[in-house]
Amino acid sequence: MRPNLHQLAIYFHWPFCLSKCPYCDFNAHAFDSVDHERYQKAYQKALAFYAEKLGDREITSVFFGGGTPSLMKPEMVAVLLSDIKKHWKIADDLEVTLEANPTSVEIEKFKAFREAGVNRISLGIQSFIDKDLKFLGRQHDVAQAKRAIEIADQCFDRYSFDLIYGRPDQTIKAWERELKEALPFAKGHMSLYQLTIERSTPFYMRYNRGEFNVPDDIDGAEFYHVTQGIMEDAGLPAYEVSNHAALGQESRHNLVYWRYQDYIGIGAGAHGRFCMNGQKLSSRDHSAPEVWMERAESQGHGSHEWEEIAPEDKFVESLMMGLRLSKGISISALEENSECEFKDQIKTEHLKTAIKEGWVNFDERQISLTREGLLRLNQIIPYLLR
Amino acid sequence: MGMSQNSKTKPINEIRNFAIIAHIDHGKSTLADRLIQQCGGLEEREMQEQVLDNTDIERERGITIKAQTVRLEHTAKDGITYQLNLMDTPGHVDFSYEVSRSLASCEGSILVVDASQGVEAQTLANVYQALDNDHEIIPVINKIDLPAADPEKVRTEIEDVIGLDASDAILASAKTGAGINDLLEAICTRLPPPHEGEADKTTKALLVDSWYDIYLGVVVLVRVIDGYLRKGQKIKFMSNGATREIDRVGMFTPKKVELDILGPGEMGFITASIKDISETNVGDTITDEKKPCETALPGFKPSIPMVFCSFYPADAGEFEKLRESLGKIRLNDASLHYEPESSQALGLGFRCGFLGLLHMEIIQERLEREFDLDLIPTAPSVVYKINMTNNTQVELYNPVDMPDVVKIKSIEEPWIKATILVPDEYLGGLLQLCQDRRGVQVDLTYAGGRAMLIYRLPLNEVVFDFYDRLKSISKGYASFDYELDGYGENDLVKLEIRVNEEPVDALAMIVHRASAEKRGRQMCERLKDLIPRQMFKIAIQAAIGGKIIARENVSALRKDVTAKCYGGDITRKKKLLEKQKKGKAKMRQYGNVEIPQSAFIAALKMGDE
Ligand SMILES: Nc1nc2c(ncn2[C@@H]2O[C@H](COP(=O)(O)OP(=O)(O)O)[C@@H](O)[C@H]2O)c(=O)[nH]1
Ligand SMILES: C[S@@+](CC[C@H](N)C(=O)[O-])C[C@H]1O[C@@H](n2cnc3c(N)ncnc32)[C@H](O)[C@@H]1O
Ligand code: SF4
Ligand SMILES: [Mg+2]
Repeated sequence: MRPNLHQLAIYFHWPFCLSKCPYCDFNAHAFDSVDHERYQKAYQKALAFYAEKLGDREITSVFFGGGTPSLMKPEMVAVLLSDIKKHWKIADDLEVTLEANPTSVEIEKFKAFREAGVNRISLGIQSFIDKDLKFLGRQHDVAQAKRAIEIADQCFDRYSFDLIYGRPDQTIKAWERELKEALPFAKGHMSLYQLTIERSTPFYMRYNRGEFNVPDDIDGAEFYHVTQGIMEDAGLPAYEVSNHAALGQESRHNLVYWRYQDYIGIGAGAHGRFCMNGQKLSSRDHSAPEVWMERAESQGHGSHEWEEIAPEDKFVESLMMGLRLSKGISISALEENSECEFKDQIKTEHLKTAIKEGWVNFDERQISLTREGLLRLNQIIPYLLR
Repeated sequence: MGMSQNSKTKPINEIRNFAIIAHIDHGKSTLADRLIQQCGGLEEREMQEQVLDNTDIERERGITIKAQTVRLEHTAKDGITYQLNLMDTPGHVDFSYEVSRSLASCEGSILVVDASQGVEAQTLANVYQALDNDHEIIPVINKIDLPAADPEKVRTEIEDVIGLDASDAILASAKTGAGINDLLEAICTRLPPPHEGEADKTTKALLVDSWYDIYLGVVVLVRVIDGYLRKGQKIKFMSNGATREIDRVGMFTPKKVELDILGPGEMGFITASIKDISETNVGDTITDEKKPCETALPGFKPSIPMVFCSFYPADAGEFEKLRESLGKIRLNDASLHYEPESSQALGLGFRCGFLGLLHMEIIQERLEREFDLDLIPTAPSVVYKINMTNNTQVELYNPVDMPDVVKIKSIEEPWIKATILVPDEYLGGLLQLCQDRRGVQVDLTYAGGRAMLIYRLPLNEVVFDFYDRLKSISKGYASFDYELDGYGENDLVKLEIRVNEEPVDALAMIVHRASAEKRGRQMCERLKDLIPRQMFKIAIQAAIGGKIIARENVSALRKDVTAKCYGGDITRKKKLLEKQKKGKAKMRQYGNVEIPQSAFIAALKMGDE
């Protein structure tokens, strides 16, 4: 028996934004006009397609991500959610999250989103300093950010917001101050991402031209430690590398990814991982929005061919995602997820060294990373693997 | 190949055999083109630039690697139609061996000097070789069409620097054709006919060169001294006693033309169902099987590889392909030596011996281009002679194989005598360079605003980026040529590079004690920048014997974690991991860390900067 075979999460990707932020390499495109009706039909078609294949599931969470899904029409969100209810059995405590940018246009739609069925909102606040918001190329200012949080609090049961730190030329002191200022606005959940300079973004070029500095690995580690301290004191410890929550307030949808449970992804560039006929499949939707739409219209979904994931690959993926969680992952879950034996996939010698170095906690039943381990996650995974 | 033509051979006094010699780029090949064209060897439409440079690399680099021969006819003012056998020779020092072979089969040389450049180092080297072969020399001042041409100055230079009478030098342009007729006339009147050659003597011919042709098998280039070579004749190679029957006799015009016979003084080719060029020793004497001649020709010294380096396939799976490719190149280049070797840092590869640096570069380029191989070359090195305490001597081809120091009495390294011609303003820089490279000045003279430097230098110091430095210091104006000049003892040590206490075999080198520390430090610094930081600290050391002379650390990485990773990113992260894993195949374990092979490769590459 495979775990949670009967449960399923649904991710929608909305690949459009008002403008493209210079640090962002997500599948997001600044747009002039979008044919909302056509998109809605395409999403509906894809939903029906998956419902036919995986109809016997219970839906536990829905996530509208982007891009900027707060630019979607609330009517469309409503239609999609009602389709889901038509196609599938729904969990009592269904979580429906929507990512939103805190510009005034979008804030005004919060109420309509709630009425459409959204019960959790994730706000891209990024910073509580106007100058930094400008530098990040954001369309909002601090006043709008605070207003967005206020409205979100009124409209939704749960909300979260994202901050980016380790920003160009930011000092640890300045970040500590800003984070402490932000805490009173939090309610149960926050995501704190250290800035990554991604290739193929304007920041990458500017950084390489030497226009600004970002923390190196030593300062980056320090930033991380300081952040963890503050968040633990505030009762919002990390449950994942960059995600903090009070007990019970974790994003259930994102936990599905980290626990390597089943989800389908719909929309340009969206990915899915789900079991079907005893196989774990991966789906990958065409990333260009126009292509995705044409495919969805003609073949009922916008995905490249689904691929079966080999056992060793399932092990790697499950380990990679599971170790992002503070709790880590149980050996039994790893083995069930992958149909592989832990000892066959892991280099025992390296595991021992990693434990001795104080990076890994391991007790036969569960494997997790210490904070120092989390900081080296990308190195540890290949190090541990055979 | 055309139909057989002659059954009679030319009288010896109507034959002229000559080589064209010049510093690189002074216009040898172009001049050969003009001569061929003028004599009607090729029709207008068949003519392409530098017809004698056959290989792609020769064409692209504009250099001649293999000597080429072509038979022309010219009717001189005296009414006689002469047979002219022309040899285009390689200009580069690495191939001076080829030059010497070509010269040995001729009686005269055309010395080409660029009218805008004047005499250069290889001009000198080639002239001396021609004089050693008792050649009559016709100086040709080429490129007179260039605005910067100064034929009179060059004429004086030829007289002052070389000591050759240039009063009747021919002014020519291989580009416009000016002076070509005068040159042809001079070849017929000023160069001597072949010396020896008596038709009634038994067959005696010089094996000038040989190469593999996919249609004909091994083609042997010959110069007949006495007697004849005929189709169907049974011949004997005097060096190894092998006998064969000639199945083809012919000449190049430059097209291959079959003949019935080659007579005294003539040049041409034969084929005799030979499969492997290793059976044909350049410089050998070919004679008649039944009626062999008594004494062999003096022959040539065999070519000896002077520069060594190892080639490793970047993709370990291509080792066999590399072996095959080297084998194919060797079919036509007997001066290439190779044998398999294995390195901890780089895997399986071949230790190769070359005539010189250019030869090495050309072989590498051919392997990469013609055979589509991705190669990792190690730093070039030379052959050391090691005198052991038990009074034996061993030759060291690879620094890795250096015997234990306590068993070594002394180490000898090869020296060269270098000739450098350089405009005055760069002299200081070049003296410094030679000094830094442990050079010993032999001579310094001036001629026409330029200095001629003669230096003795350890070859070891020359294979390591000397030529590039020379060119950059002189902004490209200095020219350089060298000849080997024996072995000499020196205070040489093996410099070892260690990563986490373990030696990296591919980076071992032999250096003079005085420069060991600097070279060691350089290599450590370089590796420090090239080895990616990892979870563990990495120690890099340079050592002589057991003594550490330089060290660097690659500090441990404190943070490497993807901040944001959700559903859609699994695939992306997985790809990264896969890449890392793939990279692992190219990783080498040193203590508790794995070092990507690419770091060592890059360190080696920087060696020739
Ligand atoms: N202007 C001019 N260029 C020439 C002449 N002869 C050769 N060249 C050019 O000089 C370069 C070197 O000539 P090449 O025949 O390859 O020289 P090699 O290295 O001695 O064989 C080529 O670019 C030729 O086109 C000449 O008489 N006049
Ligand atoms: C893909 S965005 C979508 C949400 C929304 N469009 C926004 O920008 O607010 C999700 C979050 O990823 C984070 N993010 C995007 N690019 C990042 C980068 N280069 N480094 C760190 N975090 C980044 C931001 O905090 C952002 O809120
Ligand atoms: S709004 Fe969000 S998704 Fe859009 S470009 Fe900016 S960071 Fe990326
Ligand atoms: Mg040439």
